Amino acid sequence: MNFAFSSIAPALPEIVLLISLCLLLLLDLWINDEHRFYTYVLAQLALIATGIAVVNAENGSVVTAFSGMFISDAMARTLNVFSLITMGFVFAYSRLYSQDRGLFKGEFFVLMLFALLGIMIMISANHFLVLYLGLEMLSLAQCALIALQRESKNATEAAMKYFVLSALASGLLLYGLSMLYGATGTLVIPEVANAIAANTIDPAILVFGLVFVVAGIGFKLGAVPFHMWIPDVYEGSPTSVTLFVASVPKIAAFAFIIRLLVGSLGAMVSDWQPMLVIMAVLSIGLGNIVAIAQTNIKRMLAFSTISHMGYLLLGILAGNNIGYAASMFYVASYVIISVAAFGIVLLLSRHGFEGDRLDDFKGLNNRSPWVAFMMLLVMVSMAGIPPSVGFFAKLSVLSAVLDAGYTWLVVYAVIFSLIGAFYYLRIIKLMYMDDPTTDQPLVTEPDHLILIGLNGLVIFVLGIIPQSLIDLCVNAINHSFR
Amino acid sequence: MNFHAYLSFSIWLPIIMGCLVALTEHEVRRLTLSLSLLGAVLSFLVTLPLYAQFSATATGMQFVEMVPWIQAYNINYHLGIDGISLWFVLLNSFVTILVVIAGWVVIRTHLAQYMAAFLISSGLINGIFESLDAVLFYVFFEATLIPMFLIIGMWGGPQRVYASIKFFLYTLMGSLLMLAAFIYLYFEAGRSFEILKYQSLTLALPVQILIFLAFFASFAVKAAMWPVHTWLPDAHVEAPTGGSVILAAITLKTGAYGFLRFSLPITPNAAHSLSGMMIGLSLVAILYVALVALIQKDMKKLIAYSSVSHMGFVTLGIFMFNPLGIEGSILQMISHAFVSIAMFLCIGVLYDRMHTRNIEDYGGVANTMPVFAAFLMLFVMASAGLPGTSGFVGEFTVILGAIKVNFWYALLAGANLVFGAAYILWMYKRVIFGEVVNAEVAKLTDVTSREKFFLAIIVVLIIAMGLYPQLITSTLHTSVNQLIQQSSVIKY
Repeated sequence: MNFAFSSIAPALPEIVLLISLCLLLLLDLWINDEHRFYTYVLAQLALIATGIAVVNAENGSVVTAFSGMFISDAMARTLNVFSLITMGFVFAYSRLYSQDRGLFKGEFFVLMLFALLGIMIMISANHFLVLYLGLEMLSLAQCALIALQRESKNATEAAMKYFVLSALASGLLLYGLSMLYGATGTLVIPEVANAIAANTIDPAILVFGLVFVVAGIGFKLGAVPFHMWIPDVYEGSPTSVTLFVASVPKIAAFAFIIRLLVGSLGAMVSDWQPMLVIMAVLSIGLGNIVAIAQTNIKRMLAFSTISHMGYLLLGILAGNNIGYAASMFYVASYVIISVAAFGIVLLLSRHGFEGDRLDDFKGLNNRSPWVAFMMLLVMVSMAGIPPSVGFFAKLSVLSAVLDAGYTWLVVYAVIFSLIGAFYYLRIIKLMYMDDPTTDQPLVTEPDHLILIGLNGLVIFVLGIIPQSLIDLCVNAINHSFR
Repeated sequence: MNFHAYLSFSIWLPIIMGCLVALTEHEVRRLTLSLSLLGAVLSFLVTLPLYAQFSATATGMQFVEMVPWIQAYNINYHLGIDGISLWFVLLNSFVTILVVIAGWVVIRTHLAQYMAAFLISSGLINGIFESLDAVLFYVFFEATLIPMFLIIGMWGGPQRVYASIKFFLYTLMGSLLMLAAFIYLYFEAGRSFEILKYQSLTLALPVQILIFLAFFASFAVKAAMWPVHTWLPDAHVEAPTGGSVILAAITLKTGAYGFLRFSLPITPNAAHSLSGMMIGLSLVAILYVALVALIQKDMKKLIAYSSVSHMGFVTLGIFMFNPLGIEGSILQMISHAFVSIAMFLCIGVLYDRMHTRNIEDYGGVANTMPVFAAFLMLFVMASAGLPGTSGFVGEFTVILGAIKVNFWYALLAGANLVFGAAYILWMYKRVIFGEVVNAEVAKLTDVTSREKFFLAIIVVLIIAMGLYPQLITSTLHTSVNQLIQQSSVIKY
């Protein structure tokens, strides 16, 4: 048996990440709590090393490894870069908060990196089982992260809830995949697609399997009616973990949908389109309405996430490359905004104080005009009001839906984004129009402030010239799917 | 082709200056003030070449700038003005100077942010009038909401939060439907957001009606047409003086401008078939809202309702589809801008001294503030439409346009000359004339030289426009005729 390195080369970024996280796990044993900062540096270095591996693999072609189970295409590489950069921001934002709450341990970084590994595997999966492997890796690591604050009842409850529901969803997904396997006789994604395209299989079995697959997708995405875990997990987890849950896994969820629905079940677009329409309509409606009633910003952002995932589905249900690219642009811009939002919540928290109630934003403009302005940008962007990247994201998914012939859905989505605008505006109102409840200065470190500024700048600049990000997404999708 | 970027300058210069001003938040007042005045004056100066080099006889857009912006969706940074938009750009840039001066000593908290919000919103509003790309237009149209939301909510009166959120959601509601219409037209026009391409589309009547209604939702709210005007009295009353000035003088006009630029040329058949509704709503606004203004106890609210009533003339003129009607409505918009600026500044002058806007708290102000009383007299007359002032020119031209279409429209609109005089003169009588009613009025001091300065400027403008309206109409004819041509073509 001869082994050529080139046969596993497409998986190089994942391999680099795995090796570096194992090293981190070992080295961390010699690092005591006082020098834990080095673990943080090592984790960031691991991300950089993986990033270099991803960028070096860039050659514009589609390559597979491990007998076609693993794929590296333009979409995978782009999404990997998004994930790595976001992860870097997650580490940086959560550092001070975690230090203060005794979460700044080796486990925190190792679990985060394991979750990232799961995400990267999902992004590059070309086989149902590999996809499932990545998904479980992410779920388990995420579950441990949610429960990391051992003494917190809320965190434990959230972790239990997440674990049980996630196991259920995985069960549904596996059941659906087994149906597809039974019908097509293969688990490799392109072969499944070919088998379905050959049109010799009883559609009843396929649709039966598809329903379970869509349910599994709905859970991972947090779309209504599979959204129950989102608010509790967002609220219950330590904010540094919420920051993670709200950002990078969304990229994975997008890849998951694309690989499953577009990659393998693309021929059944007329079957899954109505299902996505229902999920999108419910998510946009429920997410936006329930968010109004929240008093905790983490919970409010949780419902806002649900509605954003509804908008994300709009692009996918269009069923063409323009729509997928629009969704990819949506998820990328959403992640940028969401990271900034939680970064600011983390900035407001200090020793013994979470800063996660809406009232904690009162009078922020008096305490720090700069941070208040960043939050203004974030809220405007989430509401989809121009000039912001959120507006262009909404514009692109809405135009994709209209192109697919769902005019009523566009009007519906537009009206609910008005309702959404109300609760985002309320934050702006609290920051700019109310008096502060405390005049304590914000406790922070310069790197956090600089990164928040950078993050806000990206939101702002992309709101004026979104061309580059749109092109990136369009190219990635066009090179991966023809 | 010679290089020109006047339009870009008129948008970006105030925005950049506004950002600079915002950075002086913790600096001395003097620096903030001089920087914002410099910004406002410079921004006005860069719009002057637009007037100087404007060709009154050329058809189509002038000073066109076109740069690809988002190629994936074929969105362009496409700017250009015609005779109609020229005046709004000049007006807006000019008003910003007055707003900066009006806030000079009055604003005590977050002065830098206040000035920055006005400068930025001034640039964005110029963008509304100059965009030739629907997405670009939409971006500017919506983006102006944010500074105005903050202006009302941060420096406004006791009910400011309610008023600012109502203002924001009301106007956002309308514009979101307009966005849906834009996306629909994007596919109809072969994946293009060019407004000029939209205008040459031939659409079926039912489609036109839906698009017209989507535009209506947006522009009628912005132009404060009855019955979707209710945000305006709240916003006007609660906003600081500068905010009321911008709302009345400029924001309302963006709605009417939208009718001229979008509704008429893009959906002419729908505009004709729904003109009955539009005329009806305009007449209700003119007459009924004038009666509502009559019973107001708060001066600002009275002016707010009078704005709705005067805007009724504007929409009435637009839907007459003849040159007199449309030119009249543009004249009326410019005149109303001057008059409402003057009225709000005058109320601001009184409010800064007495901290009340209730009419019954005043009386006999003429005894203590004679110069002010004289100024206000002229503005009140202009608002009532006295010949020789700008108010007369606008309303009279609209009525002339209306009488060509239907005598009764003209008669009903003309009746407003009575109602309009009634509410405004009655207010003037109660505030200015009579005996000094209380000790506060007795202690009033007359206008300062700063206040005299900005009131005098407006006096000059009102009289100049009243005596020589050709200055404006001469640049309008070509564009208005082109517009009428576009909106009368039956596009089947």
